[in-house]
Amino acid sequence: MTEFENWDWETKEKLISEISEWRRKFPVIHEYVVSNDGEKISAPVKTQEDAFTVCVNGEIWENTFEKLWSLRFGPDDRLTCLCMNDDEWTVATDGETWEETFEYVWNIQFTPDGKIIAVNVKGKNGYRISLNGKTWENGYVEARDFALSPDGKNTAAGVQTKGLGEGDIFGFAEGVWTVAVNGVPWKRNFLNVWGIAISSDSSKIAAEVRVGEYEYTIAINGDIWNETFKCVWEPIFYPKGEDVLVPVQTDDGWTLAKNGQIIWERKFVQAWHQKFSPDGQRIAAIVAPKIGKWTIAVDGSTWNKTFGDAVLLPVFSPDSKKVAAVVKENNRWTVAVDGIPWAEDFDMIWDPVFSPDCNRVAAKAEKDGKYFIVVDGKVGKHGFEALWSPIFSPDGNKLLIKAVEDGKYYRRVIPVEKI
Amino acid sequence: MYEFVSGPLVWISFIVFIGGSIYRLVSMFKLADKEKVIFPYMSLKYSLRSLIHWIIPFASTNMRRRPFMTIITFAFHICLVLTPIFLLSHNLLWYQSWKISWWTMPERTADIMTIIVIFTAIFFLIRRLVLPEVRFVTFLSDYALLTVAVAPFITGFLAYHQWLPYKTMLILHIISGEIMLIAIPFTRLSHMLYFVFTRAYMGSEFGAVRNSKDW
Amino acid sequence: MTEPAAEAVVDPGIDEKIKKLTPERIESTINKVLTKGAAARLKVYLQTCVHCGLCADACHFYLSNDKDPKFSPVGKVKQTLWEIIRKKGKVDGGFIKDCSRIAHTECNVCRRCSMYCPFGIDIAYLLLLVRRMCALLGVVPQYLQDTVNSHAVTMNQMWVKQDEWIDSLQWQEEDAQDEVKNARIPLDKEGAEIMYSVIGPEPKFLAQLLGNIAMIMAVAGMDWTMPSFDGWDNSNMPMYSGDFETMARVERKHHEAALKLKVKRIVMGECGHAFRGAVYDGPKWLAWKEPPVPIIHAVQFYYELIKSGRIKIAKKFKEPVTVQEPCNIVRGRGLGDMLRYIMRATCEDFRDVYPRYEHNYCCGAGGGVINCGPQWKKSRVKGNRVKAEQLKATGAKFVVTPCHNCHSGIEDIVEHYNLGMHTKFFSEILIDVMEIPEDLKVE
Ligand code: HEM
Ligand code: HEM
Ligand code: SF4
Ligand code: SF4
Repeated sequence: MTEFENWDWETKEKLISEISEWRRKFPVIHEYVVSNDGEKISAPVKTQEDAFTVCVNGEIWENTFEKLWSLRFGPDDRLTCLCMNDDEWTVATDGETWEETFEYVWNIQFTPDGKIIAVNVKGKNGYRISLNGKTWENGYVEARDFALSPDGKNTAAGVQTKGLGEGDIFGFAEGVWTVAVNGVPWKRNFLNVWGIAISSDSSKIAAEVRVGEYEYTIAINGDIWNETFKCVWEPIFYPKGEDVLVPVQTDDGWTLAKNGQIIWERKFVQAWHQKFSPDGQRIAAIVAPKIGKWTIAVDGSTWNKTFGDAVLLPVFSPDSKKVAAVVKENNRWTVAVDGIPWAEDFDMIWDPVFSPDCNRVAAKAEKDGKYFIVVDGKVGKHGFEALWSPIFSPDGNKLLIKAVEDGKYYRRVIPVEKI
Repeated sequence: MYEFVSGPLVWISFIVFIGGSIYRLVSMFKLADKEKVIFPYMSLKYSLRSLIHWIIPFASTNMRRRPFMTIITFAFHICLVLTPIFLLSHNLLWYQSWKISWWTMPERTADIMTIIVIFTAIFFLIRRLVLPEVRFVTFLSDYALLTVAVAPFITGFLAYHQWLPYKTMLILHIISGEIMLIAIPFTRLSHMLYFVFTRAYMGSEFGAVRNSKDW
Repeated sequence: MTEPAAEAVVDPGIDEKIKKLTPERIESTINKVLTKGAAARLKVYLQTCVHCGLCADACHFYLSNDKDPKFSPVGKVKQTLWEIIRKKGKVDGGFIKDCSRIAHTECNVCRRCSMYCPFGIDIAYLLLLVRRMCALLGVVPQYLQDTVNSHAVTMNQMWVKQDEWIDSLQWQEEDAQDEVKNARIPLDKEGAEIMYSVIGPEPKFLAQLLGNIAMIMAVAGMDWTMPSFDGWDNSNMPMYSGDFETMARVERKHHEAALKLKVKRIVMGECGHAFRGAVYDGPKWLAWKEPPVPIIHAVQFYYELIKSGRIKIAKKFKEPVTVQEPCNIVRGRGLGDMLRYIMRATCEDFRDVYPRYEHNYCCGAGGGVINCGPQWKKSRVKGNRVKAEQLKATGAKFVVTPCHNCHSGIEDIVEHYNLGMHTKFFSEILIDVMEIPEDLKVE
């Protein structure tokens, strides 16, 4: 990530690009993306028949492609997309394409520093993963999704090791799926593998596995837990070390288990999306004590308030003390902080962000077709045509706002009180 | 014999009937709560909507499709439930032991209603024997239950008219009445207890959840 | 009395699997289903049913098999659950085989019978419990199980690989642009109004339907998207095999795709069982009382588009046409009136059916029955003669089937009973009759 402390936190307003101009230049413009620091706006554009390229701040890349999609800024604000010419797909970053081409590529992932870009690929040798154009040696009948370790050293994907004929339920029952790490499969196969996680030091890889049709457990580097469950969801690693935390379903309901042992006594009708606080000491998860009653549980005890429709991912404050989450009731969206929802509700709301001093919470929200910045439940004055999630300045007093107004894309830095 | 049958046994049967019914309903509620997916979907409005369409004759499609059966069913049940409650002889007994009484129907009416129960029960019996789709799902227990349901009416009728030895008939009658009461909570006769709730659930599911009709 | 039509069918998913069963496993598995999960409804239903047979006339299998009581709803419960309970789970593999045949292939869990039972007993639910028992024992018709396996692996019904999915969309987008200028299938567009989801067979066999929707969306000017990642498929066969864990996993993906894309609602293509899975059975298992992002069926969506004038009809469809009302959206959602509205708005000669609305007959394919595979086709088609008679009586040349199962099921019936009709999805009619605005016309 470009150090966000070093971003321009002074200039109050920059008109980055008049995107209404683009509309005059290009017959077709796809979805816009903006850089993390807000200095760039970009979109795939059509220049002529069967020729697409990328437009950044009004300038286009030199090369064109027959197809181009999945455009996005990486954590280092380089611009990456998937592109195709002559039925050959590859990855392009800032206008440079990989030398390697494939029958197909999809699912771009970045390491946190943005240096490594990895994708699923399909080629003559089957399904593989490619990192910056360097592709696994082993190909598989199929590989779906993958996980990328933070250091970029390991990639792991669920892979099918053996082809199956049509309707071959007996072959399937023997287990043809496993996890391949950097192309090398685990020794053991399973009915299914899903939800792969990699430990912070990159040494361990965990996945949900199905060992019997109705027996679920977790495998770590290919070895399974002794315990099996009625069902499990995605594992995550403890921030330090090799312990694994997983939502598991028992006869009495869902709860969390650490290395196979249940750690929350209370059982829920649902529990998922467990998350550690930044200090690694607390665990939050989305839970439903009853059908149609959703809330957040922190270390096993729930918020007092429940929400009828849904609760989304818990977000910890940097000091690990508070938890905020998007909540929905009666088809209206808002944010709740430590169980207390904002008074205002919205047609849609995006994940909340805490200020570095943990005192404020901001989010992008939509109402009546316009987008607003909301801070601690207070709705900003401006309704924008397009808006990206706000970012707090390092001192927490200002907000970086990336927004489109009157066909122009602005980067603004404004004091939090002045939204 | 008569004293025992008309004394303690009556007590016992009523206690079992009422206590048993409460027990069945309470355990149903408890189980339903544990099943988790029941109560969140219940709706009073749609429960009532469904019940109304199924306790009014011909208010549901299937009732209209089988008019004869519908008339028989309603006649059977109305007479079966109302006759014993508003019967003069029964009322006198209530008065004797509890000093309470309520409206009673003319004896002739009661007589006719009793006969209706008996004849509709015979219809049910024949239906069970004749219709393949009913016979296929008929067990001995179905005949037994029909007998349990109709026996108090036959015996009561015979006792009332004193065509057979009165005392014996009366004892038989009381015993058969008691058997029926005891049987209600513990056999399929408990459909009397559950009817409201199975309908309410289906009514809620069709109405509140699925936005359609269940009749 | 005729023998069950299915007697001779060989299905390795059942025949091979029952060989591996031990009496102990059968007994303990069955008893787990009967006691765990607090089966309140099961208990009450079994206590309440007075064996009156009034539900028989509801079932197309019963009516079509010359009123053979073995096919009546309560008859099917008798042959399965009642026996199981009477024997306290001490039944053998042969019996489980019969259970699977009856519950998986001779009942569409269409719930018509619960409108005929005076107590509102949910016989479909009881037979789903039987399916659950069979599934826990590993006994599921081969083709159905294969579909379930596909769901478990790919989160879609047809073993569609991730690249194949995206590729089909991109290819269909191009095709749509030949008809409607700049028609698009926007992938992963966060914050779009609508996420459109389909069932696995669309990219696999009926890709033109994806092109159709791209055109319809472009003409209506909708802000929509489709996920490029798993969760795009709204279908759900494990719901019908009895593998509820896989059902839930698939549904979770679908709903979380919508949550991730921040859409206001999901519009799903013309499929009935998918609607049931996504709106009722899936969310319920996952603890969402209602889908976290509201879901509407294509019929509702087209109703909105036509009624609001977002799509105008240039010339109506001329031939006589009737409709198959998918159980899961008509009995299951009350969309009968909207369906008629869009039919009349687009067709000159719409022939209604009888019985209709909630009381319409199931297509015979739903509830996973058609997915049990070709082995079971004969008994399925034979079990829906009433549907053939009903359609024939309309005199229509086309049957609109706003559901994939209905589509294939009705096609089989049309063929077997020589009805000389053709099935169409509603979108196929709409594409034919809608007005393409001047600025979207391709020169
Ligand atoms: C449980 C205790 C019961 C007692 C002590 C009891 C007692 C009696 C008595 C004393 C009579 C009058 C006979 C006469 O006129 O001399 C009678 C008649 C009758 N009882 Fe009961 N009864 C009982 C339960 C029931 C039940 C449960 C039913 C039906 C559901 C029932 C239905 C009738 C009928 C239909 C008649 C005769 C009506 C007629 O033809 O006029 N009884 N009962
Ligand atoms: C008061 C609430 C009750 C309701 C709503 C009710 C409802 C029904 C219904 C809907 C049926 C199926 C249709 C039919 O076969 O007639 C039925 C059948 C039957 N009911 Fe009831 N019932 C009630 C009380 C009773 C009582 C108190 C008895 C006897 C003790 C009884 C005895 C029977 C019998 C024997 C049948 C089966 C007839 C056959 O063999 O087909 N019911 N009931
Ligand atoms: S097919 Fe439909 S009507 Fe027949 S038993 Fe099954 S749910 Fe009932
Ligand atoms: S109609 Fe209802 S009570 Fe009668 S046999 Fe069928 S399920 Fe049982």
